[in-house]
Amino acid sequence: VWDACSEAMIVFEKDDLDDMGYIVENDVIMSALTKQLDAVADRVEVFYGSRAVGYTWPFPSRSCDTSPWVQIELDDGRRLQTKLLIGADGHNSVVRKEAEIKNIEHQYDQSAVVATLHLAEATDNNVAWQRFLPTGPIALLPLSDTVSSLVWSTSHEHALELVAMDEESFVDSINSAFWSNANHSDFIDTAGAMFRSAISLLKPSGTAVRQLPPSVAKVDPESRAMFPLGMGHATEYVQHRMALIGDAAHRVHPLAGQGVNLGFGDIACLAHHLSAAAFNGSDLGSLKHLLKFETERQRHNVSLITAIDVLKRLYSTKLTPLVLLRTWGLQATNALPPVKVRI
Amino acid sequence: QLSLFRLTMKRLFSTSHSSVDSKEMKKFQLLAHKWWDEEGEYSALHSMNDIRVPFIRDTLLNVSSNYHLGNPLSGVKILDVGCGGGLLSEPLARLGASVTGIDPLEDNIRTADQHKSFDPVLDKRIQYKSCSLEEIVEESMETFDVIVASEVVEHVADLEMFINCCSQVLKPEGSLFITTINKTQLSYVLGVVVAEKIIGIVPEGTHEWEKFVPPEELEHLLESKGFTVKTVNGMLYNPFLGSWSWMESTSINYAMHAVKLGAQGQSSPTDDLSEMESEQRSAVAGTAV
Repeated sequence: VWDACSEAMIVFEKDDLDDMGYIVENDVIMSALTKQLDAVADRVEVFYGSRAVGYTWPFPSRSCDTSPWVQIELDDGRRLQTKLLIGADGHNSVVRKEAEIKNIEHQYDQSAVVATLHLAEATDNNVAWQRFLPTGPIALLPLSDTVSSLVWSTSHEHALELVAMDEESFVDSINSAFWSNANHSDFIDTAGAMFRSAISLLKPSGTAVRQLPPSVAKVDPESRAMFPLGMGHATEYVQHRMALIGDAAHRVHPLAGQGVNLGFGDIACLAHHLSAAAFNGSDLGSLKHLLKFETERQRHNVSLITAIDVLKRLYSTKLTPLVLLRTWGLQATNALPPVKVRI
Repeated sequence: QLSLFRLTMKRLFSTSHSSVDSKEMKKFQLLAHKWWDEEGEYSALHSMNDIRVPFIRDTLLNVSSNYHLGNPLSGVKILDVGCGGGLLSEPLARLGASVTGIDPLEDNIRTADQHKSFDPVLDKRIQYKSCSLEEIVEESMETFDVIVASEVVEHVADLEMFINCCSQVLKPEGSLFITTINKTQLSYVLGVVVAEKIIGIVPEGTHEWEKFVPPEELEHLLESKGFTVKTVNGMLYNPFLGSWSWMESTSINYAMHAVKLGAQGQSSPTDDLSEMESEQRSAVAGTAV
């Protein structure tokens, strides 16, 4: 990960840690999930190609004529009722809106452009690269020895241009974004170099041989797409007989690659609390354990969401003082193994 | 010592032939519709499920080694005596048991029936009946695997008859679970004064300290009626967190698990030991109280 405005960079290496992470194509995940769902078909029923068009919530004070379960109306007219409704319907969650839960949201002036890229030469493609340009971070995520995935967050106008331009120009833009030093200033470079020597005096581990990001040769024809970026956080994750998970509860900038991980974390936590409640014979929709899930996840999520938002704003500028701040900050963090391990 | 004597005298001269106390019934009548408000008058009973359901569940799971994963209590017939609005019947039924809930107050049964009707699984597994324990003895001799009498014995008029009836409707080697309040100075201060009059976690007038039952007395009574007491645990309510926990001392609330002796009245080596222990404890209690 490095800055376009200076030489500062931070490297996370696998040697001191267990597997740092996994990059898995969405289609592969979907296929695995479908297989698992088939295996439990006696307990899970999936209605493909159907939509919910209406929700009826139970009243909290039990007025006895109405059923105290959640009623759902589907687009084909079918009606379902449930003890617990889980809203996993993304950042524009209808479940959240129908439950009248306030959502703190903020649209970034950015869209992300994604594409599947073919590298100029086959390589041990096991490094994820991210460079913070003033317009936004550009990231290359490895998929195979010859293929990487692009996530380029930039202004709406630039994103539209990138998606519209011919393939050759698109590839040129990507390579230039990774290699160009146009945004460096002498002042920052000198300040950065000074800081680096100061650190190496204190910590003579030295910098490892600097690996270079791969060059891109071509882009998969139909793979270019863009979507707008924003930040969002629901003020409540749960209500009586309802829980929100994933992007329905929180939405973050892709710069830290954490969006889906937050969702996975929500799922693990909710499953844990629901299973404990079930073993106690509790009503699954009861607020008591749902609130435990909410507290646990909000405590974890809020700090991460805020940090990502702060990073996004910090790296969105060319202003010298802020560039200096983040340059030194990044260099210092790179030199501190305990901090890196925590991250 | 003196109060124990007075209690015994009261029972000897009691003219009622029922375990149901009509004065007690009136107290609960007023609150019949409040059962299922988790934050309302009965919130302490709702949160008591967090320890009494696992206690019952784990004790029964220890007895039978094979159980169905989704329904650990499947095949178990439970009688919930004094079920009220069904607060304890429902979780036990969700764990797979077939539950019969009885309560002398019709309004309670009506509330319980209506609440379970929304859940088709519970509707099938639970049967509620408005009656007293004595009234079902004849038709339910040795019918149930488990009897649960939670927060009940401190309200009954004739405890001895109550235990007798429990024994009659319970299968041999069946389990009896009781939770109730001890009769100590501490339980008066915390269980009545603080709980009812000061903090108001229990509706005022719910409990009469005179009717509280010390665990030694209960144990003695159970053993004289053919039960072996297996476990006694103290319980503590934290009013700030609204939650219950186990504690060593039984000086306020406690839970007891007893097993009805087998058909031939034989006891296993462990039973002999606990009988000796309980005899010692009763002897100590006689001098200490």
